[in-house]
Amino acid sequence: MDPSVGDLNSPHSMGTTIIGVTYNGGVVLGADSRTSTGVYVANRASDKITQLTDNVYVCRSGSAADSQIVSDYVRYFLHQHTIQLGEPATVKVAANLVRLLSYNNKSMLQTGLIIGGWDKYEGGKIYGVPLGGTILEQPFAIGGSGSTYLYGFFDQEWKEGMTKDEAEKLVVKAVSLAIARDGASGGVVRTVIINSDGVTRNFYPGDSLPLWHEELEPQNSLLDILSSSSSEPMVS
Amino acid sequence: MKLLDSTDSGNNSSIERTQYPYVTGTSVIGIKYKDGILMAADMGASYGSTLRYKSVERVKPVGKHSLIGASGEISDFQEILRSLDELILYDNMWDDGNSLGPKEVHNYLTRMMYNRRNKFDPLWNSLVLGGVKNGQKYLGMVSMIGVHFEDNHVATGFGNHLARPILRDEWHENLTFEDGVKLLEKCMRVLLYRDRSAVNKLQIAKITEEGVTVSQPYSLKTFWNFNAFQNPTAGAEGSW
Repeated sequence: MDPSVGDLNSPHSMGTTIIGVTYNGGVVLGADSRTSTGVYVANRASDKITQLTDNVYVCRSGSAADSQIVSDYVRYFLHQHTIQLGEPATVKVAANLVRLLSYNNKSMLQTGLIIGGWDKYEGGKIYGVPLGGTILEQPFAIGGSGSTYLYGFFDQEWKEGMTKDEAEKLVVKAVSLAIARDGASGGVVRTVIINSDGVTRNFYPGDSLPLWHEELEPQNSLLDILSSSSSEPMVS
Repeated sequence: MKLLDSTDSGNNSSIERTQYPYVTGTSVIGIKYKDGILMAADMGASYGSTLRYKSVERVKPVGKHSLIGASGEISDFQEILRSLDELILYDNMWDDGNSLGPKEVHNYLTRMMYNRRNKFDPLWNSLVLGGVKNGQKYLGMVSMIGVHFEDNHVATGFGNHLARPILRDEWHENLTFEDGVKLLEKCMRVLLYRDRSAVNKLQIAKITEEGVTVSQPYSLKTFWNFNAFQNPTAGAEGSW
């Protein structure tokens, strides 16, 4: 396998940027859409925000296979739990099921997850379950390789008691900033908003996101630039 | 995929393994004082070199008579708390007026840690266990390999190297609450200066015959105004 091609047999790994934020009334989950195998982008439009129940979703990062199998098991258990309980599962129960699987299989799994949802007892809640299976309830959580670029951003921008729109804008801005700097994150920004009214999915394609430092407005072709400008564009 | 792991009484199909920690807490310090035990730990949990979480409670009450503080892998500490919860619950269910004291809890923890170590699958923590029962003060430590002992002052991790020398010099029998807190804060400040994984947000917990109190989170002032800090390379350009 020559070096320039990277390793196409690398395990599928979601470099990823994932975010979960509470606001006054619910939660907003956000993620990028890049799944990479080594240096190749295996899927440029993946959906990393996965449903566990009607009211609880999970953001997946790390190994694609591991995070998918964990979500599948948790969805299965939660389904049974909901039937037995007779009412929607709480976010806390969902998060703890994720924790159980992550903790008890810690030597085999490589996945960091953010669980977010809304239930009638506690309202909107976000739980982080990083590598190792620690569970931490947080007002907001960030994860994945792209999150390293967002610690400073959130330290500055996070506020308690945001509105739904403020929260979603914050999430989109953050994922977009991470995509700008993390090679393992990219594609589109997907968000899922969960509150007492239900669930809303949103999609922000790459070209709708703001431009950051050293990024230029995308053009169709150089020819357009040449034809529209009057002075000497092609100067050596 | 297992919902319950191999350490429960079910199947024993696990591979021999020593894990490595992911999300870790740093030092815990505990001292005996006049009325009981004082324990301090910061609220940080690191993820490798990143100071990832800054509001993690690493000192928790256990039953009526004990306090536990942990450093090391937080997921293992959370599991230990669950086991202790179960232990206390079963003890309460006897409803015989008796309750587990710090000595008993310390012993339980020692057995847990040592037995996991023997299976090459340790709980990656260093624990400080303190408490008061029937007027008797107790302060002990258990490491991830099951080494355990009691003393008048104990610490985990960096605390052993930075805090204990201070405590050896300045600890004495019959410290008042105020003196005890000042002594712990002196140690925590040194740890803040010199331990890379320390964060400036801590809690101090107190246990006496009356019960447990865990302080609200707070931060320490630090001092940087030494003359030698202003121009450290004045006498030797290029040095640091």
